[in-house]
Amino acid sequence: MGVIRNFKRNFSDIFKKLFKKQNARIGIYGPPNAGKTTLANRILRDWTGDAMGSVSHIAHETRRARRREGVTIKTNGSSITLDIIDTPGLATKIDFHEFMAQGMDEAESKRRAKEATEGVIEAVKWLENLDGVILVMDATEDPFTQVNVTVIGNMEARSLPLLIVANKVDLPEASPATIRDAFPQHPMVSISALEGKNIDTFYEELAKRFG
Amino acid sequence: MSMQGFQMDLVSEHRLSEMTPVEKVRFIIDEVKSGKILVLEKGLSPEEEASLIEMTMRLIEPDGFSGIEMQSYPSEVDTSFIGKLLKKNTLKTRLTVIGSADQLKTLKKDRNMISALISINK
Repeated sequence: MGVIRNFKRNFSDIFKKLFKKQNARIGIYGPPNAGKTTLANRILRDWTGDAMGSVSHIAHETRRARRREGVTIKTNGSSITLDIIDTPGLATKIDFHEFMAQGMDEAESKRRAKEATEGVIEAVKWLENLDGVILVMDATEDPFTQVNVTVIGNMEARSLPLLIVANKVDLPEASPATIRDAFPQHPMVSISALEGKNIDTFYEELAKRFG
Repeated sequence: MSMQGFQMDLVSEHRLSEMTPVEKVRFIIDEVKSGKILVLEKGLSPEEEASLIEMTMRLIEPDGFSGIEMQSYPSEVDTSFIGKLLKKNTLKTRLTVIGSADQLKTLKKDRNMISALISINK
């Protein structure tokens, strides 16, 4: 009987592996300092009690992509399970002098700049392996950056879902309406990842777009 | 009296369409590193833009090349009947300006206007 039971269990495992639906892989993208890791931390703290990584006011704090698998988000009686990838900030230029201006010494600045370039390459590579993107924009900044245009173009070209997050709406100069006007063809939700403002609406949109 | 300035090349859609994506990225990087400002009539596809960013990152050196300034208008999704029928998005790419980061600076950009400052003191 043990042999039959083992056979059944093994067959069941193989069957599950063959037909298991993979979680959607959702990348958190945006320019440096838009609040990507703050949002990733908010999601993980709300649904797993954990955190993704450290945050800093100095650009390119996240220099390696971090993946958290199987994050289950429950909203309005339904639930979705996602793999969340927090990516380094995308940029078209990185000058180590900018880190020196933040108080780092030359050697540390050069090392950080080198790591930041590697982080951007990693973020670009991830674009090809995602099922959708959360594009985080700083609502106090001009939304027409090249990084935003390139990420949106890549999602449109692949017909993949995109959710724009207008972050930092806790700041008085925030203008989420400017972001909405810039990219009216995509859904947008205004939040403060730092303070949790409007975060429930964000989760509802997340489930709607990627569920 | 010799004239000082920078070289700006206006690259036609036809010229770029004869190149493979890899050739396009290489061409742009080489031209920009040699100090030229490029204006691409029809820009690059989003995938080519991503490849250009990746290649740029690989070539950044301290006290040397610090990257590029690239500005393109947001591409437009082709909403033709055929496109909808095939359920495949075709993007209409648009004008793009590219230069080295220490030479070209974007002042303002919106859906239909790019305003940039070009430095002649590289």
